[in-house]
Amino acid sequence: MVTVENLTKSYSEGKVKAITNLTFRVNEGEVFGMIGPDGAGKTTLFRILTTLLLPDSGNAQVAGFDIQKQYKNIRESVGYMPGKFSLYQDLTVEENLSFFATVFGTTIEQNYALIKDIYSQIEPFRKRKAGQLSGGMKQKLALSCALIHRPKVLFLDEPTTGVDAVSRKEFWEMLRRLKSQGITILVSTPYMDEASLCDRIALIQNGSILSINTPQAVTSAFGEKLFGIKSEMMYTLQQDLRSSSVVKSCNAFGEFYHLTLKDTSDDASSALLRSLKEKGHQSLEFEEITPKIEDCFIKLMSEGSN
Amino acid sequence: MKQLLSFIKKEFYHVFRDRKTLLMLFGLPIAQIILFGFALTNEIKNAKIVVVDYAKDEASRQIADKVDASTYFDIDKYLSGHEEIEEAFRSGKIKMALIFPDHFYSDLLHTNKAQVQVIADASDLNTATTLTNYISNIITDYQSGLNKGTTIPYRIVPEIRMLYNPQLKGEHTFIPGMMAMIMMIICVMMTAISIVREKELGTMEILLVSPFKPILVILSKFVPYLLISLMNVTSILLLSKFFLNLPVQGSIVLLYAISFIFIITSLCLGLLISIKSESQQTAMFISLMATLLPTLLLSGFMFPIENMPLPLQIISNIVPSKWFYVIVKSIMIKGSGFQTIWKETLILCGMALFLLIVSLRSFKIRLA
Repeated sequence: MVTVENLTKSYSEGKVKAITNLTFRVNEGEVFGMIGPDGAGKTTLFRILTTLLLPDSGNAQVAGFDIQKQYKNIRESVGYMPGKFSLYQDLTVEENLSFFATVFGTTIEQNYALIKDIYSQIEPFRKRKAGQLSGGMKQKLALSCALIHRPKVLFLDEPTTGVDAVSRKEFWEMLRRLKSQGITILVSTPYMDEASLCDRIALIQNGSILSINTPQAVTSAFGEKLFGIKSEMMYTLQQDLRSSSVVKSCNAFGEFYHLTLKDTSDDASSALLRSLKEKGHQSLEFEEITPKIEDCFIKLMSEGSN
Repeated sequence: MKQLLSFIKKEFYHVFRDRKTLLMLFGLPIAQIILFGFALTNEIKNAKIVVVDYAKDEASRQIADKVDASTYFDIDKYLSGHEEIEEAFRSGKIKMALIFPDHFYSDLLHTNKAQVQVIADASDLNTATTLTNYISNIITDYQSGLNKGTTIPYRIVPEIRMLYNPQLKGEHTFIPGMMAMIMMIICVMMTAISIVREKELGTMEILLVSPFKPILVILSKFVPYLLISLMNVTSILLLSKFFLNLPVQGSIVLLYAISFIFIITSLCLGLLISIKSESQQTAMFISLMATLLPTLLLSGFMFPIENMPLPLQIISNIVPSKWFYVIVKSIMIKGSGFQTIWKETLILCGMALFLLIVSLRSFKIRLA
């Protein structure tokens, strides 16, 4: 459904490289996640694929159309929801929706079935101006507007940024339902925990793809044992761990540090724990954990920079 | 068609839901007309005048030569009778007429007293009063030269008539000037802001990823402001008739038609600014620079153009409000018909077309 070949784009006459040599495919009916921190190039990629920007080099097809030569066809067949809320704030919910329906040459009634799930939640507020909606409702309205013409491919640029945890969960459920309607979805997010909800993900960093695979395959490719550790003195624990000769890497995740060790035998780890206790660390918690996307991302990132 | 209507509906929502701006749009012209009404005095150089010389004697020729030699006046031509004066004035180039009666010199020699008639175009009040003062001085000067060595003084009495504006009302030139200024500010600034706002709010980003046609956006931005501006024309004309007692002398329909063309020209200018600028502040600043200053300085409304250095005179030709000002002045005050203003009207149409084409061509179909 989406084919990207060697796509490169830079700003300020080549000084700032936004994306470099991206190549990937998105299959029909897939939820494809672009996972990466701010500034990784996700928005640039989406803007190129939605024909808002021209690439410096490389090629891409969306829904079977070339992004440069057939941009008009693409504009008719994709839905796009930018990262920033971009509807008319002084128009009501209903006015916004019917305006975008007309722009795409359709009506609300015609495609009501597709957006019913989402729109019915904000329908009680249809006379309210879009600018006065809460964050979660704005997002639902924006999604309804992006879907009103039944697009073949849906581009969602950081749809869950700045949205509360409950709304985020609801939003992903809505995406699953849209997928079942046969819509291909490209979604970008800086939240690693959302990656597992995608069919396939691309980890992207500094404009390059680190890895493309299913979330399970990405985590199982971690390839070594991962441990979580916690004590009462977290700051000195970090310094002690980083100076230790057996510790390969140590990164903070919430209230734990995630460790990889050069020697993963039980002897080596109990020796590490003993030495930490000698340095005065009380009530140490230490256990093996299964790696998450974020662990993989950090590992891939540090491998890439070495 | 349905899309265009939907775009227009949306623009009306934008305009009418922004109460403060709306109040400003309607309040500004009314406040301006009521608050100001001042006149400015200016010096004029090389004003074109016509001379009707019934006397054709030594004194009349000497005075005419003296007038022509002064820096203030240029004699455009000699007319054979006063019935041709009106026509000369309507052409708009002539500022004043000087008429010598029959037997001018012999009256002066025998009765020691003679009259000369001065007719000025007082639709431009400042110019007219200044010019009549100049001509009186020149005549007095000639008279004192004549009086050297005579015991009984000769007296030449200039009889001054103000044409078109006998009560010398400053509002006469003020109203067309205000109309030009208000419409320029409202049309240019409001359209300039409205497209940039879509860029800033990100709605343009969504619109671009849709099968919309740029011309629809442009047309739909025009409609509400066109309507508001035409309402403003009405309110200015009503105020000028009932508040300032200055009814329109010429055809109202023609005046509205010209206003329509001028509004379109201004809207196109605003559009171009909007397409070229990246933020609302830039758009606002550029449109102020492009409307307020040129309209105040270069339209002839406050300072006579014929008095400016040549480069400025040339630049004044690209200011749309200059042409509108000239047209409205002729229609409102002189009651001229289309045949005297068709050239200026054509220029305005040309400007509108040029701006519209440039805007359409520079409308970006992508973000960068």
